[in-house]
Amino acid sequence: MSGLYQAQRAMRNMRQAAMQRGVIAVLDIGTWKVACLVLRFDGPDNFSDGDGVGTMAGQSRFRVIGAASTCSRGVRFGEIDVMVEAERAIRTALQSAQKMAQVRVDHVIACFSGASPRSYGLAGEIDVENGAVTEQDIARVLAACDMPDIGAGREVLHAQPVNFALDERSGLNDPRGQVGERLASDMHLVSVDQKAIQNLAHAVRRCDLELAGVASSAYASALSALVEDEQELGAACIDFGGGATGVSVFLRKHMIYADSVALGGDLITADLSAGLSVPTSFAERVKTIYGGLVATGMDDREMIEITSETGDWEHDRRTVSRSDVIGIIRPRVEEILEDVRTCLDSAGFEHLPSRQIVLTGGGSQLPGLDALASKILGSQVRIGRPLRVRGLPQAATGPDFASAVGLSLFAAHPQDEWWDFEVPVERSSKRSLNKVLRWVRENW
Amino acid sequence: MQPVNRAPYVLREPAAAAPRDPAPSRMAYRMQRMWLTPIVRSVLRVGIPAFAISFAIGFYLSNEQTVDAISHNFIEFRRSIEERPEFMVHVMSIEGASTELAEDIREIVPLDFPISSFDLDLPGMVEIVGDLDAVARVDMIIRPGGVLEVSLTEREAAVVWQSRDALEALDGMGHRVGPLVVREDRPNLPFLLGDGADAHVPEAISLMSAATRSLPNVLGLVRIGERRWDLLLAGGLRIKLPETGAENALRWVLAQHQAQDLLSRDLAFVDMRNPAKPVLRLTETAKANLDQNRGLMRNGSN
Repeated sequence: MSGLYQAQRAMRNMRQAAMQRGVIAVLDIGTWKVACLVLRFDGPDNFSDGDGVGTMAGQSRFRVIGAASTCSRGVRFGEIDVMVEAERAIRTALQSAQKMAQVRVDHVIACFSGASPRSYGLAGEIDVENGAVTEQDIARVLAACDMPDIGAGREVLHAQPVNFALDERSGLNDPRGQVGERLASDMHLVSVDQKAIQNLAHAVRRCDLELAGVASSAYASALSALVEDEQELGAACIDFGGGATGVSVFLRKHMIYADSVALGGDLITADLSAGLSVPTSFAERVKTIYGGLVATGMDDREMIEITSETGDWEHDRRTVSRSDVIGIIRPRVEEILEDVRTCLDSAGFEHLPSRQIVLTGGGSQLPGLDALASKILGSQVRIGRPLRVRGLPQAATGPDFASAVGLSLFAAHPQDEWWDFEVPVERSSKRSLNKVLRWVRENW
Repeated sequence: MQPVNRAPYVLREPAAAAPRDPAPSRMAYRMQRMWLTPIVRSVLRVGIPAFAISFAIGFYLSNEQTVDAISHNFIEFRRSIEERPEFMVHVMSIEGASTELAEDIREIVPLDFPISSFDLDLPGMVEIVGDLDAVARVDMIIRPGGVLEVSLTEREAAVVWQSRDALEALDGMGHRVGPLVVREDRPNLPFLLGDGADAHVPEAISLMSAATRSLPNVLGLVRIGERRWDLLLAGGLRIKLPETGAENALRWVLAQHQAQDLLSRDLAFVDMRNPAKPVLRLTETAKANLDQNRGLMRNGSN
């Protein structure tokens, strides 16, 4: 536990150092593509919280000066599968982004969608010592949260305090300085496979880069695809990726649930490839050009030329109707959405005040997805495109860049995590010295 | 046996090569990152070229012969520009000088015409010519057409001074103009004698002009003891003038002369050294005559 604590703190310090230098890269390692944005932090930094722009989540602080994406290699289901290939993909994306930015980047913040994230809700409660809540009390209440058994080979990715309660009052964002007796906190913890995160760190290190932060891509894409009201009132962000579909639930501007379904757009391509017996590249092309989810009478008449290179003329010159393509795609998407539904059910999504569903990620560009999702997930469904940030090229404004953009927001304005708070006195080595001081104060 | 219904040959393109991997090699990746490092970039773009250029120049100039050749070429080039006909001076024209003075100037300013105007040291030549006694003021200018024009003003001789060594002409301020062989070369100029007379020429000129207006027989002025003047008249009469107020004293004597015909008497000198107490000295004959006349008168009266 303390090892992770230290690793996360080291990453946080590295991020601070990178912000000081002004340049940091964000890296979205997906199954379909690897996207890299280079950010320069030179914007008006000095907006205080008081003048009404503090809630811009730090977007005004940075500018995208380099953006590149490349076809991903060596990544399966959002996890690194072949180290060398993944490293080459990262190198490609980073090099072209660097070339566009004309600046050398040493620190990256990465996100990935796989590694089977699991959500835990933690609760802790203490007595407030001196009447008013101090930093130490917050550290103690966070330390008092009972650590669930996350299992061997698992690692904590996010541990965010989402709620504080002081006596009978709940829903406090910042209880410091308030008077009370019992302080309780709720914390949301996301654990992932340790090996996946270690592989990621290793791949990044092999590219001569320093890892300055890791985030779950479900969390990152929700940061950019959900608008502020949705984050406040309760919404789920479904990130349709190539290899995995991320689910994250937000309430009161905190992520309260994250999960991922290891099914994605690549499976649709594989289905098409098998169903039409065409190469994968051609199936991908058919999916992106003719793909859809709701068949109409017109689609029966729209014939698609299927060409391939096997040498068998009869096989190479076929036509299928668009309805056939939709007929292959739709069951797979339904399956994915059913799994997402299961996740949302287990998260208690139906109890949220607002049940907005936001679909994002490359897969959300499939026509008719919002209609299908509203049948399976709930009535309020919309397609989410990422927030517009300064300097982002037009090519990177689509929903497939939601997690990259969200990650840059995450870099500019990170959520407080467990390791950002003070170490409680009882755990630190300063304990004995403090005891002496307290004894002196009380007896003299 | 050939099959009857042969499938037509399908022209197949050769199997497409594996799609090119755009990934940079590890080496290329590192090189690019290094190139984007500011210090490396500035060293490669500025430092190394600057060093190479300075090293090449230094190496080239380290050979003495090369340096000599370069400086020789430079001097040759400079010469070739200086000696263009536009810059050459062919003639010196001297204006406002007498013939002798012009010859003197040509002597002391030895120029081998034609000469480039870059080689002429005009301020130096102005100084040299200005140092001549006979020259009051000199200007030199190079006119288009290669003419060095010397315009000068000569000093006007105002008095003749017989010093201990030589007979010289002086201008109105006492500056030497030139030597004279005999006094008769300039008979119309006042004549001065004695040491230190050249330092008080203006005073001497005013005294002389006052004297010559009234007296026809003025010989000149003698400076006595480098402090005061004696006016010398033909016939040996001297008027001894005081150190200060010499002109007033002289006017007083001249007024006496006009009124009483003083200077026509048989006098040796009129001593005005103390203006309050003028003293007359008679000549020996006059004294004898006077004495004789007085004796006669006394005897007659007796």
